[in-house]
Amino acid sequence: MAANNLKHALFCAIVTLIVAYPILGLNLVASGTEIVLEGATTQTVISVLVAAVVVFLFQLFRDNIMALLGQAPALNSLANRQPMEQSKRLKLESTILTLIIIGALFWPFFVSRGSVDLATLVLIYIMLALGLNVVVGLAGLLDLGYVAFYAVGAYTFALLSQYYGVSFWFALPIGALLAATFGLVLGFPVLRLRGDYLAIVTLGFGEIIRILLNNMTSLTGGPNGIGGIPDPTLFGMEFGRRVKEEGNTSFHETFGIAYSSEHKIIFLYLIALVLAVITALVIRRLMRMPVGRAWEALREDEIAARSLGLSRTAVKLSAFTIGAFFAGFAGTVFASKQGFISPESFVFLESAIVLAIVVLGGMGSQLGVILAAIAVTILPELAREFSEYRMLIFGAAMVLMMVWRPQGLMPMRRIHIELEKQE
Amino acid sequence: MLEVQNLSMRFGGLLAVDQVSLDVQEHEIVSIIGPNGAGKTTVFNCMSGFYKPTGGKILFEGHEVQGKPDFRISRLGMVRTFQHVRLFNRMTVVENLLVAQHRHLNTNLISGLLKTPGYREREQKSLDRASYWLDRVGLLDLANRDAGNLAYGQQRRLEIARCMVTEPKLLMLDEPAAGLNPAETRDLNQLIVSLKEDYNVSVVLIEHDMSLVMDISDRINVINQGRPLASGTPDEIRNNDAVIKAYLGEA
Repeated sequence: MAANNLKHALFCAIVTLIVAYPILGLNLVASGTEIVLEGATTQTVISVLVAAVVVFLFQLFRDNIMALLGQAPALNSLANRQPMEQSKRLKLESTILTLIIIGALFWPFFVSRGSVDLATLVLIYIMLALGLNVVVGLAGLLDLGYVAFYAVGAYTFALLSQYYGVSFWFALPIGALLAATFGLVLGFPVLRLRGDYLAIVTLGFGEIIRILLNNMTSLTGGPNGIGGIPDPTLFGMEFGRRVKEEGNTSFHETFGIAYSSEHKIIFLYLIALVLAVITALVIRRLMRMPVGRAWEALREDEIAARSLGLSRTAVKLSAFTIGAFFAGFAGTVFASKQGFISPESFVFLESAIVLAIVVLGGMGSQLGVILAAIAVTILPELAREFSEYRMLIFGAAMVLMMVWRPQGLMPMRRIHIELEKQE
Repeated sequence: MLEVQNLSMRFGGLLAVDQVSLDVQEHEIVSIIGPNGAGKTTVFNCMSGFYKPTGGKILFEGHEVQGKPDFRISRLGMVRTFQHVRLFNRMTVVENLLVAQHRHLNTNLISGLLKTPGYREREQKSLDRASYWLDRVGLLDLANRDAGNLAYGQQRRLEIARCMVTEPKLLMLDEPAAGLNPAETRDLNQLIVSLKEDYNVSVVLIEHDMSLVMDISDRINVINQGRPLASGTPDEIRNNDAVIKAYLGEA
């Protein structure tokens, strides 16, 4: 045991040296027109050595350290509590959600413009994550190309407004429905695949959409993107300083208040909030409907579900389509918020982040996903000073999550349908 | 009502089922027996649409069903259980029965989102049917438990109840008595007979428990190494020399 540990610890320490020395120690320095390779300073060498020693000691005494850590959760009084009764838990959950929503309604009037803008982004991610949660968390289909439907929603609005002058409110349902149609069409051939294969094919689809947008220059403007996407209007009132379209009035003139650019941002935030709440409510309802049960059943045991007359394709497609629908929703809001979109906004990293939110929040759990969306979007903003290490922190957080809470922040506890006792 | 004609199933070089024929009349319990690996479950898999047979015909109420997708066959009224219990473990007992009634439910998204009266009525009906069958198999007290936490015998009964809520005409049971104790087997015996008597369901049964098979079957088909060996009433089978040699063993 000890000898084994020693060997392992030595190996780890050497790997640390091999990896850390060239990365931290060797610098490329520009001297005149040439680039010179400089060796490590003594300070770096020492710190690399110290790091190797720390790794060595940790690996050597790992069992003891982990045992000590294992006792730590006992300090947490919440660790062993009994799960709450369902009716109680539901009540608590809806109270918390209602309070959050009420708070979110008034909140933008007291904070800075930047925070409201960021909050709008958070809400867009919440919509995306709730939609993907249907596909991944409830139906158990690993979709790595989710961002494609987000892009469809955003580009639908951008193109419709550019070519036909369609307003936000018309484009919103069209964008969502078109994204859903894409989900249906793309889903049809791929849903007979499972697990890893499905993930790879959906990953491919995501990229295909992005590359298409990039290359159909005549229609989409290619990498230059599309600009001048109009802001949403409130019953024909515009939020700009001057009215762009004839026949419209402007918000500040109608109400006789001074023009402020904040109005528009708060209005967009409120739209995103309403849409996010609708998304959450609809999906919450779907989970308790026959279709929600069918998703669950197919995820639990596909063969049994089929033997009971559930059509695999229809059930999976419905999840895929509904997920895509909400991505289209989010995409339209995103296009309106940014005013400019390009294929660069829809890279694979976006899919990965949304998936990370779903996994982090606890697959299938709505409250968990909402909290995770807030955390994942806001933390990088707060950690701006460490911008170089952002991805490192993100990665470390993921690893820690996997170790301590592999089931996510708030793992899903399903709302069961209860049979009342008849006496 | 069910007629299987010269069914064959080939996996590469292996002929797992070779020219098997059997028929089931209304109101009848027909058993399929045979040594392990004889191809009984393969016959079931062909009948229920999990496999596409390489030869032969399967007629259900006069319609050819071989090679049709599994969920279509089950919607016609041929429903099966599995050799190893397949429940939705993390769903509750009653939810297992609700999922099975999927095609009887109003699955229209809009009416569900708005909770229209028609939608509620159907939900209530399916809940009622579920609780009726739970009562019938003696699981009503456990309705809100996770299915995965039930004892094995209870899981077996739940699986049968889950088939019955789909209102089948023909029930295919794959070794329903496996892993049950003698008392549970007796209950199962009564349950299967009552399905036939009270609910007018025909049953195809794969089973190794000879006392159960001999007791409740109207007719028995014996399969050995993928080929039909004998068929007839329990008495005929009991005294058939070939069957005794291949499967039952000499007393």
